[in-house]
Amino acid sequence: MTVSEMQFQARASESAPTGGGIEGRSQWQLTWRRLLHDKVAVASMVVIVVMVLLAITAPLFASITHHPADMPFTNTGTTSTGAPVGPGTHGFWLGTDYIGRDLFIRILYGARISLFVGIVTTAIATVAGVSIGLIAGYFGGWVDAVLARFIDTILAFPYIVLALALAAIFGGSLTIVIGVISFFSWAGISRIVRGQTLSLKEKEYIEAARSLGAGPWRIMFIDVLPNLMGPVLVLATLYIPTAVIFEATLSFLGIGIPEPTPSWGSILAEAQNYYTVAWWYVVFPSAALLITTLAFNLLGDGIRDALDPRTERIFAAGKGRRRRRRVAGAVLGPAGPASVAELGE
Amino acid sequence: MSDTLPRDAAPPMPPDPDTEDDVLVRVDNLVKHFPVRGGGLIRRTVGQVQAVDGVSLVVRRGQTLGLVGETGCGKSTLARCIAGLIPVTSGTVTFEGRNITNLSRRDMQPVRREIQMIFQDPYGSLNPRRRVGAIIGDPFAVHKVAKGAARKKAVQELMERVGLNPEHFNRFPAEFSGGQRQRIGVARALALRPKLIICDEPVSALDVSIQAQVLNLLADLQSDFGLSYLFIAHDLEVVRHVSNDVTVMYLGRVCESGPRDQVYDSSRHPYTAALLSAAPAADPDAAAERRRIILTGDVPSPINPPDGCRFHPRCPKAQDLCGQQEPVLEVKPGDPATHKTACHFPVQAGESLARVAGRERR
Repeated sequence: MTVSEMQFQARASESAPTGGGIEGRSQWQLTWRRLLHDKVAVASMVVIVVMVLLAITAPLFASITHHPADMPFTNTGTTSTGAPVGPGTHGFWLGTDYIGRDLFIRILYGARISLFVGIVTTAIATVAGVSIGLIAGYFGGWVDAVLARFIDTILAFPYIVLALALAAIFGGSLTIVIGVISFFSWAGISRIVRGQTLSLKEKEYIEAARSLGAGPWRIMFIDVLPNLMGPVLVLATLYIPTAVIFEATLSFLGIGIPEPTPSWGSILAEAQNYYTVAWWYVVFPSAALLITTLAFNLLGDGIRDALDPRTERIFAAGKGRRRRRRVAGAVLGPAGPASVAELGE
Repeated sequence: MSDTLPRDAAPPMPPDPDTEDDVLVRVDNLVKHFPVRGGGLIRRTVGQVQAVDGVSLVVRRGQTLGLVGETGCGKSTLARCIAGLIPVTSGTVTFEGRNITNLSRRDMQPVRREIQMIFQDPYGSLNPRRRVGAIIGDPFAVHKVAKGAARKKAVQELMERVGLNPEHFNRFPAEFSGGQRQRIGVARALALRPKLIICDEPVSALDVSIQAQVLNLLADLQSDFGLSYLFIAHDLEVVRHVSNDVTVMYLGRVCESGPRDQVYDSSRHPYTAALLSAAPAADPDAAAERRRIILTGDVPSPINPPDGCRFHPRCPKAQDLCGQQEPVLEVKPGDPATHKTACHFPVQAGESLARVAGRERR
């Protein structure tokens, strides 16, 4: 040990607080801090939290307005010609649907279905996808060959056709919807996890774990899994809006959640016939769907940026400069940006 | 850690080589071939990489066996075979008189407590997502030795023992320097108080000043815990510093093995002599005076090794016999019974291969 290094060590141990110990910041703590600096991601989180709260408190709003979700108000909720009433009339904040039910309350209840399906299917797909991907990637050999071909088959399958067939056999239900969406979602996650596992298992620390006597399951879940949680988290966040839209699609086609339970997809399917006389009937459920899926997508992008340590430096350099550099680079190629940026400034 | 000067780390010379009691590990005629598969659907085996081809060696209790050879000669493969990380093609590994070759994972589990490894790359061998405390505590967790507060205490004692601040328990590997990270690897290997630690180039990735620290730490631990080391390196001076015995490998075979001073000071195998002559000398006067043996050509492919002596295409002393008959690893006339050489025409005392090589080139 050199003298300077000994001095450095001595100083380091002197200044260290005794007792409590020193805790390093984990990757997650650093990611979270970066995420909080991303305005778009924070806004998305706020939107998602508000959506979830609205969905949870849907019965509360129903009792405030005295408009249960499934009750048609034939007198106040429809006009004399039988058309839906517009927003604000007779205490219907966002108007009514074709038989006089409160559209606002139905959208809130629809949010329950959409968010529930989105989150539950993503959870199932993530757990299944990560497990199968880990097993295929870590064990390799024939296990991998079988599982990888299975993943390819799922990804190549026309899912709408299968969903139609299943709905025809079993009838639409929440379970079928969740089952179908989960079944078609895990494969994408599996493929990414498998690829990551294939490269991670060659690392020396995996060999170190094996030399200690750790078994394959311990290595997979304690040594490999934490290293691929980043991509999995991003993927999961991006799968939620996909699942929400998937559910809406199934309900729109009439093979999703059965009536009278409201779902954004089924509300939109009904609204098709009335949009010429009731614009709100289309606009508000669409807006709910759009805002929710957009928020999840933007949050996913934000998490992806936050997981990448280099983003912080880009943010520090300023967004304006980043944009200018990108434009200049597109025109002039890699040699151009510096000089163009100087000219601009 | 306090002394900055390198010192002689090797304990006294081994006692009589015939006593089996002090043999910890015996490797007998170990062979490891990796199949080379062709492309296409069927992936037929088209050849074998003969990474290790009939190696025998012995590690004695409380002593260090140095294993040297250039990159790709099968040192690390041999280490992984002994540690039971990869299956052995043929031959046996005996640990404390018990055959541990190709044991199932369950049967190997108790042996793993006795044989631990230190890896070359202090960055690659520690999981970046896990805290140091968890990494060093891994052996306890895997072998269900200590839990909770007891494990934390044991881990902190280990950290202190290898010269780390025990308060850095909760840090991540990225927050440590290369030398400190290698200490973490040492602590992890030491956790279960093994009898043998296989050091796979433990200092190759470190700065020279840090190398000395880690080597001294390993020497201290050896005398404190009576550890045996199988020390793999390509740095000849490092091996000379730490080893009692030295084995030289070339292309999957042993060229020469014996007590350190025998191998270094009266090398018999031309390859050993060439290797030693190529090592940089720290003293500029010595560097100017010494004569290097320049080997021609490259190491042949282990898929298709040369017949006879594997070194003969590059050997300055090679004759027809060398390409026809494989030399046996045996004691050469005039050598002690512990010094074995696999060569038909061993280097004689005072013989200069540099001149031989020079003449051939002209």
